[in-house]
Amino acid sequence: MSGLAILIPVALLMGLCGLAFFFWAMRNDQFEDLDGAAQRVLIDEEEEPS
Amino acid sequence: MNAITPLGDAQSQSVVSRFAVPAIRCAGCIAKIENGLSGVPGILSSRVNFSTKQVAISHLPELDDDQLKKQIEALGFEAQILADNPLSEEKGSTDKLIRALAVAGFGMMNIMLLSVSVWSGATGVTRDLFHWLSALIAIPVIAYSGRPFFASATMALRYGRTNMDVPISIGILLATGLSLYETATGGAHAYFDGAVMLLFFLLAGRVLDGMMRDRAREGIGALLKQAAPGAMVVTDDGTTNWVATRDLRPDMRMMVAAGGNLAADGVIEKGSSSFDCSLMTGESEPQPKGEGDIVLAGTLNLSSPVVVRVTATGEDTSVADIARLMDEAGQHRSFYVRVADRAARYYAPAVHSLALLAFAYWMIVGAGWHQSLLIAVAVLIITCPCALGLAVPAAQVVASGALLRKGVMVKDGSALERLAEVDYALFDKTGTLTLGHPVPVNLDDLNLTQKQIALALSQASHHPISKAIRAALLAQDITPAMLDRVEELPGEGMSACWHGMPVMLGKPEQSEDHLASQLSVGSDKIVLQLKDEIRPEAPEALARLQAMGLPASIISGDNIRSVSLVATALDIPAQAGASPQDKVEAITGLAASGHKVLMVGDGLNDGPALAAAHVSIAPGSASDVGQQAADAVFTSESLMPVALSVKVARRTMQIVHQNFALAIGYNIIAVPLALTGMVTPLIAAIAMSLSSLIVVGNALRLNGAAK
Repeated sequence: MSGLAILIPVALLMGLCGLAFFFWAMRNDQFEDLDGAAQRVLIDEEEEPS
Repeated sequence: MNAITPLGDAQSQSVVSRFAVPAIRCAGCIAKIENGLSGVPGILSSRVNFSTKQVAISHLPELDDDQLKKQIEALGFEAQILADNPLSEEKGSTDKLIRALAVAGFGMMNIMLLSVSVWSGATGVTRDLFHWLSALIAIPVIAYSGRPFFASATMALRYGRTNMDVPISIGILLATGLSLYETATGGAHAYFDGAVMLLFFLLAGRVLDGMMRDRAREGIGALLKQAAPGAMVVTDDGTTNWVATRDLRPDMRMMVAAGGNLAADGVIEKGSSSFDCSLMTGESEPQPKGEGDIVLAGTLNLSSPVVVRVTATGEDTSVADIARLMDEAGQHRSFYVRVADRAARYYAPAVHSLALLAFAYWMIVGAGWHQSLLIAVAVLIITCPCALGLAVPAAQVVASGALLRKGVMVKDGSALERLAEVDYALFDKTGTLTLGHPVPVNLDDLNLTQKQIALALSQASHHPISKAIRAALLAQDITPAMLDRVEELPGEGMSACWHGMPVMLGKPEQSEDHLASQLSVGSDKIVLQLKDEIRPEAPEALARLQAMGLPASIISGDNIRSVSLVATALDIPAQAGASPQDKVEAITGLAASGHKVLMVGDGLNDGPALAAAHVSIAPGSASDVGQQAADAVFTSESLMPVALSVKVARRTMQIVHQNFALAIGYNIIAVPLALTGMVTPLIAAIAMSLSSLIVVGNALRLNGAAK
């Protein structure tokens, strides 16, 4: 029982963290272009024109 | 003021323009566009959205959309300007749904974790503790994630109607309330997991539906903006001043420069010129107009300045008439009942009566109100339309995704449903069956000097033929010759002097069957032939439509000569010289004889017809009005997407019907179990997820439908 008293709050907290991260990602338009993200991996990094 | 603007300042005054670039296919294209544009002065940043095949460019206001479009085209990609979209604000509603979905998912997983312990045999205090914990998670989750349903249900009830959300809300609230009571009294079964899972699956359906709408909306442009924002008005004392369109009054006299759009309808008082009326009439050749002729708002003055006495402004112009016609024609569509709504109409009362009957039956048998209510709630939960709610949107999202990859944007799910029903296809000609811009075919008959002269002459004119010749010559890297005394003769062409020799680009001396222009240098005369090419794969697309039981015909506002050329080439019947009103009448006539018409068109003059047809498709090159009125937009040059859309739509409806059959079949098995009181939360959870997964899996088969 004492194990549960720690594990269940930990599980819930971790879940809430995940949820918070998801909300953060959504607010930052991380899901706008899912196919593009997959393609961009293939682009060679070039010197940024400064 | 030529100091370098600090970056912060530059960004604060930057403008974002969007372009559709259908040819983006790979990572290389992304890199090419983004790197290529970053070197252009005035462009602050550019971002390619691969999923929607769009490029968003943030730039200084000095650069206008046409220049940006040219920049993209210089990189080797065809681009279309996307106007700012007033509908894009609605995107927020999908975001809200996704948040609700995420919360429901979080709640579902945690409650399920606790439920599994209960199912695997936790008893006594442990079970009670877990039930309380579930309640603690479930109640805020339901309060948050259930809002879309509760809001819609109360709205419906307030107006004395009922929709799918009413049984959903009742089911969820009853299940939660009963589970709370069970928990408080230390009962064996609680349905928190069921209630939250229900929300999760239903929200998934809503999110899919919303995503589909957003995706298409992002690509589809804006409203009437064909008429000019204002005009130069000549006052009685001869001075001119600029007056905004809304302040124009009849009997004002406006100066319309060559290349200018008309802001109002009017009669030409002084001067003569040729006008591009294709927007209004669909006629591809410019119309010469002189004193006393009527000219309409939105048409383009091509050759020389004229003075026009205003006869009608604002709401009274022909453009506004077309908008009104479109509005009327679009009315009938609001009567269309979507498949899901039709199903809900029968489903909701049936489920409610069933639950009520179960409750009454068990009361009569003497099971006690607690037991009877539990069974009734089990019936509500197990019949709750999870699979039904997913059946339609899942299929439509997968299908529209498949179509999007082929360059067709479908505006909403009902468009796919209506597309599946069509049995007759009407095509506009210019810009729809043809590419809509003439291309010179025999340029290479000219030598270099002649090309240079032709370019110099064509550069000075707004005539569509001149534009076509100019574009073709520029593509060959020709530099223009130096000319003196360049002059435009309305209805005739451009004339000038080249090293003292008269040169001219204009109407051919012998009247030709199709678009042509004649270049004369001294006594040399060469006729340049132009052709408005038929879209690639048009015959194949028409043959495919025919094979699917859709006979096609042309209805065009253009003159009979150019229409018959295309009609013979494609071997389909045609009607020429049709006004926007005629097109609508043709469609209502066909509809009256029981046909469901697919209209494919692009121009402003097709707007009312596109709105009147059962379903309509516009090419990406269409006017904003055309895109606005159409249910789907295809961005490729080929006509094949039209046939493909019909095929995919029909396949989608097959899958939707299969999904309905699956959902109903599941109920036939599950409902008797619930009625006899054998459904525990465990069985409800398994049944619900299983039916939803099967439906989604079936919908995924559509991924390959657009091959």
